[in-house]
Amino acid sequence: MFYREAGDFKTSYEADSQTFPIAFDRYRYWAVLAIAFLVIPFVINDYWVNAIFVPFLIYAIAAIGLNILTGYCGQVSLGTGGFMAVGAYACYKLMTGFPDVSIVIHIILAGGITAAVGAAFGLPSLRIKGFYLAVATLAAQFFLVWLFNKVSWFYNYSASGQINAPERFVAGVAVTGPNTAPWAQYMICLVFLTVCALLARNLTRGTIGRSWMAIRDMDIAAEIIGVNPLKAKLTAFAVSSFFIGISGALFFAVYLGAVEVGEAFGIQKSFLVLFMIIIGGLGSIFGSFAGAAFLVVLPVALKVIGVDWLDWPTDLVAHLQLVIVGALIMFFLIKEPHGLAQLWRVTKEKLRLWPFPY
Amino acid sequence: MSADFLYGIEVIINGLMAGVLYALVALGFVLIFKASGIFNYAQGVMALFAALTLVGVMEGQVPFSHLINAVFGTEIHHFGWEVPALLAILLTLCIMIAFAWAVQYFVFRHLVGQEPIILFMATIGLAYFLEGVGDLMWGSDIKTLALGLPQGGSMAVEEWTAGLGGDDFYGFFIDKLDMVATVVALLLVAGLVGFAQYTKQGRAMRAVADDHQAALSVGISLNFIWVLVWSLAGLVALVAGVMWGAKSGVQFSLSLIALKALPVLMLGGFTSIPGAIVGGLIIGVGEKLFEYTIGAPFLGGATENWFAYMLALIFLVFRPQGLFGERIIERV
Amino acid sequence: MKMKTLAAMALAGALATGPAMAELVMPDLSYRTGPYAAGGTPFSDGYQDYLNLLNARDGGIGGESIRIVECETGYNTEKGVECYESTKGEGALIYQPLSTGITYQLIPKATADGIPIHTMGYGRTSAANGEVFNWVFNYPANYWDAASVAINYLLDENGGDLNGKKIALVYHNSAYGKEPIRTLEELSSMHGFELSQLAVDHPGQEQKSQWLQIRRERPDYVLMWGWGVMNQVAVQEAANINFPMENFIGNWWAGAEHDVTPAGAAANGYKSLNMNRVQDYPVLEEIKTLVHDAGNAAGDGSNIGKVLYVRGMYAAMLAAEAIAKAQDIHGTAAVTPAMVRDGMEALEITNARMTELGMEGIGPEFSVSCQNHGGAGQGLVQQWNAADGVWEPLTDFIAPDASVIAPLIAEDSAAFAAESGITPGCL
Repeated sequence: MFYREAGDFKTSYEADSQTFPIAFDRYRYWAVLAIAFLVIPFVINDYWVNAIFVPFLIYAIAAIGLNILTGYCGQVSLGTGGFMAVGAYACYKLMTGFPDVSIVIHIILAGGITAAVGAAFGLPSLRIKGFYLAVATLAAQFFLVWLFNKVSWFYNYSASGQINAPERFVAGVAVTGPNTAPWAQYMICLVFLTVCALLARNLTRGTIGRSWMAIRDMDIAAEIIGVNPLKAKLTAFAVSSFFIGISGALFFAVYLGAVEVGEAFGIQKSFLVLFMIIIGGLGSIFGSFAGAAFLVVLPVALKVIGVDWLDWPTDLVAHLQLVIVGALIMFFLIKEPHGLAQLWRVTKEKLRLWPFPY
Repeated sequence: MSADFLYGIEVIINGLMAGVLYALVALGFVLIFKASGIFNYAQGVMALFAALTLVGVMEGQVPFSHLINAVFGTEIHHFGWEVPALLAILLTLCIMIAFAWAVQYFVFRHLVGQEPIILFMATIGLAYFLEGVGDLMWGSDIKTLALGLPQGGSMAVEEWTAGLGGDDFYGFFIDKLDMVATVVALLLVAGLVGFAQYTKQGRAMRAVADDHQAALSVGISLNFIWVLVWSLAGLVALVAGVMWGAKSGVQFSLSLIALKALPVLMLGGFTSIPGAIVGGLIIGVGEKLFEYTIGAPFLGGATENWFAYMLALIFLVFRPQGLFGERIIERV
Repeated sequence: MKMKTLAAMALAGALATGPAMAELVMPDLSYRTGPYAAGGTPFSDGYQDYLNLLNARDGGIGGESIRIVECETGYNTEKGVECYESTKGEGALIYQPLSTGITYQLIPKATADGIPIHTMGYGRTSAANGEVFNWVFNYPANYWDAASVAINYLLDENGGDLNGKKIALVYHNSAYGKEPIRTLEELSSMHGFELSQLAVDHPGQEQKSQWLQIRRERPDYVLMWGWGVMNQVAVQEAANINFPMENFIGNWWAGAEHDVTPAGAAANGYKSLNMNRVQDYPVLEEIKTLVHDAGNAAGDGSNIGKVLYVRGMYAAMLAAEAIAKAQDIHGTAAVTPAMVRDGMEALEITNARMTELGMEGIGPEFSVSCQNHGGAGQGLVQQWNAADGVWEPLTDFIAPDASVIAPLIAEDSAAFAAESGITPGCL
């Protein structure tokens, strides 16, 4: 009834090729944006920002990045943690090296540096495929973490080996450092996420996105019809790393404020982001959001239910949390192997016919 | 002979031994991947779970005691008996077989024919699940494995070889536990190969590995075979868990040994049992030798983790399917 | 995005609990799960048991009852942040982050929020300079003190001369493990011993290369900065190469029962530093009767008297004393975090007071001031007796070499002050 394309006539090419062709989708999209930009910043507090929103927004950026590589181009990567570390350390070096330049530019540059590193580590993908590639990207993960730990230039020779984000401002409002208002933290992440998501959505709809998907579906066939695998794979690595670098920079500068590479960007992070896109749905921007939300909110929700409501010992809750998260992952995969995004797609199909299904 | 050279040989010998330990973990991955195409991320956690269960059974711990105590307000911890090692091992194996059956029945039976990455994800879910269950069942403290495995450097070897070099050479160091592990690994591989070659079930297993549909059409039960390989992987996990657990005590970190097995798998190929062994040896020797010659003197040490992956990566560039992996044939 | 809003509604009720100001809220960021659970559990048990004892015996501190809010971090920084944010709204008085990563995280946050942090023998070493780190306290000792205490002990063993001796440092290849290097390098040029550094990568299950190197180089002493599975493996490997265990000294996070028991009898004689003496204290009896027998034990009650349990209890005692001091200074029982900070800065621990509390000689005597948040910096050396399964204190509290450490602390804290734009000064 509400969700249908019937009667939604397009009268120009622009209208026909817009991002959300169905009217309801469009309204929903604007509604979500309006709530995210105009309502949430005014009602959130420290806890909501630090425990849920900021990690969700940042992980969503990382998940979009990895989804471009894994979901759209079919190259499984376990180097996400390492690439996030590149973004974080690049951002730190830029922040301390050029304190007068805006942090926004630093974060974008950090993304660019990560893109270059990612493309370099993407080179073996021309030869190695599937799980072999996944394990090969672990080389990047371990090497980068070791490097940032070993070479003290990266952490400005500080005695502790940790990097701390100094205070930086955007339009006179602090966005990093301890005195950041919760809404400012939230807003900078939200702006980056919105831009990244729009960029990703449109990239994947265009020529380059189609060449990625051709490579994913069958690289030999794609090569035969004229897709350059070198270009497609390396751009996928570069674009994906760009997003991951931005998320790493935000993760360090805005969310945590201080990191140590092995702890914050270890192998666990690589797996976590991979879980997000598989649970959310490979090859779907919405899936990246859904997966990030699922894995950020679920543990917190389980903790709140177990510890605060049921008053169980914290260690029991933590163990049960593992059991439940694991069981839910398996349950979802059995029920819907293509992730939450597919569930959403199915719902939309149903909505189209509602209330008169045939 | 100069001491540096002799020590180099010592590093190689110890690298080989370490490689055997890596191969032990990698074997479990290979068994499952070959028969069902599942890249089993949970193998490391299975090793932890098997070792925890073994200790728990031996000490007569009450499973889930912490949970029971919290829910019912009781104070139970132990049954008050101790189970002899052999019996405990058998009991643990039974539990691992039950686990294999449960995994097949509740999870992978429903996921037949899915893409590899989905199966991989399911094993990650399994890893979380098993980690939580292991902790709930047996608690999260460090446990000591009292199997009486020999530990420490072999004095016989040390004295026997001390004469090879000058005064600054103290003889070769070889850990007795590593020797035991090597023998056990050899027996295990021989047993697995024998099983696969000469028994009916083993042949059926190989048939399934070759072609699911052909195997199905000659009347082999896929479900049975998959339960079988998961059980075998459980056995391998138990052995790996015992060998690694003897060094460090049985604790959470045992699950991280999976990361040591991944470069071995890449190098040897996901589908080859000899590949796992040879890959393990190459990785073991490679990383130790690199640390000895370049890593520790010039790069500040702790290079082993990433170098193992780099080494495997270099091999892969020349042979993308690993040393012994099945040739990847792609058709349009 | 939809998911988020749905979840937000589902969670909203959980946070509706208002702060209850009538009691003393003590958060306990524990880790009873994950790779370091074996170390986190006894510490947390000790911390909670002591506070529960105060509740049961004295009705809290100064007549105000204590409410413990436990939050599981799993030694994970992100969960630590979540824990901090969720507990701070309840009026938390003092944080013990119990992880170097979480500490670094909380230093700027807690400073901005005005809540004191106590990092006992871990965290940021230069926080000993209270003029830069107004809200952070790391008494009674820090890592650089530990390095110096270990060398002073060895000096003592060798008649005051370490010239030409070889000392190897086996360290966890992380920020934590690298902490003592600067200090040891300074001390090495001062006392003329040769220092070699062996890094062990996380998690540290495979240390063959490092111990073969030690076997080749035959250092006179091995120091270790280890944590987690690295400790157990290192002790085992040291025994394997027949390294004399009495020359192998771990720091205070590598000297608990669970670090040595997996190696069995082979670990006998292994030494470690400690900042709290482990022995039979009268207070442990009180905990048994008043807390455990009443069914209020944190955890399963099996950890009582262990090294890390006693350390947790010691931490709780220092926190309780600081709160009592704060109540004293400000003349009110219902203290705020800022008042507790004043109490911590005026804290004075004397032998008489420790005896009175039933824990004679548990720690060194020290006093805190605005300039010095680091306490006395003393530590003792203990040795593992495998036959009886106990850690036996070998020495009394040994003082570190302040002439080496003070300049290092001044330098590092000045760098932090410059980086973060802090003007040093007292509150």
